[in-house]
Formats: sequence, C-alpha cells, structure tokens
Amino acid sequence: MQGLFTSFFKNVGRYAMLMSRVFVLPDRWRETVRRTFQEMSALGLNSLGIVVIISIFMGVIMIIQMKLNFSNPFLPPYTTGMATREMLLLEFSSTVMSLILAGKVGSNIASEIGTMRITEQIDAMEIMGVNSANYLIFPKITAMVTMMPLLCIVSMAMGFLGGYSVGWFSEIITTQEFELGLQFGFRPFYVFYGIIKCVVYGFLIASVSSYYGYYVHGGALDVGRSSTEAVVNSSVLILLADIVLTNFLLA
Amino acid sequence: MIELVDVHKSFDGNEVLKGVSAVLEEGKTNLIIGQSGSGKTVLMKSVIGLHRIDSGKILYDGRDLPSMRFKQVKSLRREMGMLFQGGALFDFMTVEQNVEFPLTMFSNLIKIERERRVRECLSRVNLKESCFRLHPSEISGGMQKRVAIARAIVLNPRYLFCDEPNSGLDPYSSLIIDRLIHEITEEYKMVTVINTHDMNSVMEIGDNIVFINKGTKEWQGSSQQLLDSGNALLDDFVFASDLFKKVKQAARLQQ
Repeated sequence: MQGLFTSFFKNVGRYAMLMSRVFVLPDRWRETVRRTFQEMSALGLNSLGIVVIISIFMGVIMIIQMKLNFSNPFLPPYTTGMATREMLLLEFSSTVMSLILAGKVGSNIASEIGTMRITEQIDAMEIMGVNSANYLIFPKITAMVTMMPLLCIVSMAMGFLGGYSVGWFSEIITTQEFELGLQFGFRPFYVFYGIIKCVVYGFLIASVSSYYGYYVHGGALDVGRSSTEAVVNSSVLILLADIVLTNFLLA
Repeated sequence: MIELVDVHKSFDGNEVLKGVSAVLEEGKTNLIIGQSGSGKTVLMKSVIGLHRIDSGKILYDGRDLPSMRFKQVKSLRREMGMLFQGGALFDFMTVEQNVEFPLTMFSNLIKIERERRVRECLSRVNLKESCFRLHPSEISGGMQKRVAIARAIVLNPRYLFCDEPNSGLDPYSSLIIDRLIHEITEEYKMVTVINTHDMNSVMEIGDNIVFINKGTKEWQGSSQQLLDSGNALLDDFVFASDLFKKVKQAARLQQ
C-alpha cells in the first residue's frame, strides 16, 4: 500500500515537472505552428471516421433502448427523443467519445513518443539543445485541445442523425416525435458543457499519454506496456474529471 | 579541449565512475575504450551532460559543464554534435529534413541557404542524391550512420561525440565510417570523442585512447603506444583475440 502511494506521488511529481518543460516559449514558433497543424490532422481529423461511425450507431441504439424502456402510457411520446438528446449532449458525445479516443489517440501518442525514447531520438534532440518535451508534446496537447471540441460537435450531430434515421427507416419512433423531443426543454448551455468537458479531456489524453511515452525505459515490450498504462490512466482521469466538472458546472 | 577532473558518478549507491581524469584533445579522435560494464557509456553521457555527476569537473575549453546554468548548457549544446549508436534519426522526417533540423531550430538561414548547407554536408559524407528524399527506414544502416554524421556536423560543432559508431556495420562500412570521422575531425579541428570496443577502430583512428576499467582510468595514450603499454589489463582487453595477438607479434618483429 505504501509503495502504491509512493509510486502515485512520484508519478504526479514527474508529470508536473514534465508539464513545466512543455509549457515554455518554443525555440521556433513557426516550427511549432507547423507541427501543431500536422498533429491536428494526425490526431483529430484521422479520428473523425471512428467518431462518426460510433456516434451514428449510438444514436440509433439509444433511441431503440429508450423506446423499449419508456413504455409507460403516461409518458409523452417525445420523451424518447428528449432523453436521447440529454444523454448525447451531457455524457455520450463528450465523456464516452473521449474514452474511446483515449484508446485510439492515447496509445498512438504513447507508443510514438516511447519509440522515439528507446531509439534515442529524444536524447538526440536534447543533445542538440532542443527542448524535446516542448517540441514533441506541446503541439500534441494544442492539437487535442482544439480538435476535441470539434469532434464533440460532430459526435452530437451524428448521434442526432442516427436518431433521425430510426424515424426514417422504422416505425419505432416518428421523425416528428424525435424532433419534438430534441426541441423540448432544450438548454443551449448543455452543448457548451460538453465542449468544455472535451477541452479538459483533450488535455488529459494528450498530456498523460505523452508522459507515459516520454519516460519509457527498455525496449519494445516496455513501449507496449506504457501505451496500455497511458490508455488506462487517461480513462480513469477522464472519469474523475467528469465527476468534478459535472459537480462544478451543473450542480 | 575537454578536460575531465576527478569525475565521480554513482547510481543508487553503486559507484560507477571512481574519479576519472583525462584530457580529450582538439583535432584528434579521442577514443574511450573498455569492457562492457566498465563505465565508458556513463562517462560519455556524463561528459555530454545527460548524467549529472556527483563531483569533479568537466571543462569545455575552460567552461565547467556541471556548474553551468540551464541557458549556458543549452548554448554549449549548440556547439556539440552527437552520433548515436543506432543513428537516432527522426523517423518522421526524410534524410534531408533530418540534416536540416538543427539549422531550422538554431540558425537564421533562409530556406535556400539551409538547403545548400544540407546538400554540402550530405555530399561530404558521400551520400547519393537519390537518397535525400527517402526516410531513414528506407536506407541501409551504413547510410543511416552517414546521415547521422551529416546531421551532427551541419552546425559546425566544436565537439563531436560518437557512441559506438560501428555497431551493426560490416567491416568495410565500419572502415568507411571510421575514416570519415577521422577526416572530418582533422578538417573541422573538432574535439571528437568516440565510445567504442571495436579494435579495428582503435588501431585505425586512435589518436588519443582512454582505457576505462571498473570506473577508473587505467591507461591513456595513442594507438602506436598501445603495443608497448606494459599494462596487463589493457593487453588482455585489446589483444584478446588470436588475430590481434598475431598483429602485436608482427609489429614487434618489424620494430
């Protein structure tokens, strides 16, 4: 138990020290901007496909589940659409989507930086006098923090599209009922709430995964291990952040 | 010139360097040799500043690295070039971009001037132009080492460090790399420090050899002095193979 605490505080300390090296003025702004755009494409745009597919299917499944479970005749028919909307806006498009992206993007970041560490590419940068933490990690964090809100909005839109498609292609719910559900008691703040959460999650995924990649020691096996640790720990932190943000923003 | 004065370094109470003092000279290839686990890699990393030493001095032309502030270390590092064991080329960049990287980060040259300098360096290490746009994974190990040398010299460093430059190379490619490093060292008047246990390199380019044994400097001299060092430990290490024993006998007969 004591070892667990020691390890926890050691990791927190090293993470803080790494972040203090990441958030300094870059040696060359132009190079940082160029790399940030590259990372926005690699981490953000390349995740668009999985976000679209999962969001559409989740929209469909949510409508079917809601309809099955809201079979009480006292509930108005638009309840299904309304509940689906709230689920998508409040949790699915931000938190669940971020958990999925923690798996995809987090492992990508940790293994990329980890491989650079074990093949001495990071040491090579340090010897040249380049702040490797700033050069490699800062663009990734910036890219994730800017792209996550966009992915969140896309996910919300695609989830609704999935819900609509149930109305178009089946008799589970009509499109009118779904539309009415979407509009009934709509609070625009919930969209911003989702976006704010995604900004925080984007930071957590990129920084935690980079941390695990940056401090890898050993060989290919250790890179794989650090990649798994990155995904597990960023997922746990996302859930903890969800509790804090929900209390802070909605309570 | 790099001067090491009584350098000590321990890891978790285990003393790896036990007071190493040596002088690494300008315009010469300075070789650090020793058995695996003798502390030569730790010594090299301490000299570069990747390891913080426990006590002693590492003087770069009189400037003590361990007592420097962060900005001074950063500035000194721009005078260093390093060739890593595996090349350590950035695999997300092409050959050209790898060599251009230090120029992009630290020089104020415009794109055309940077490209000219990159081509100059790549030609200096005899790399064909057809390789310039390839990624490191698309070229051979020997070529990767040459690109790494080009990247190390692109900013005209005063100090060049090479960590086992011949590992994983065939004897012919090793010889080419050794000669290239030697030529460049004389041409640019650099202090070149090579960490190796390749005996061919020791004989071929050993201007100044530092033999490390169990964390201490056991012997220092040139490859000519190596034959008559009178040091039993050094003889056991350098002339371990039958081939080198015969070389030594032949050299003595010639004398």
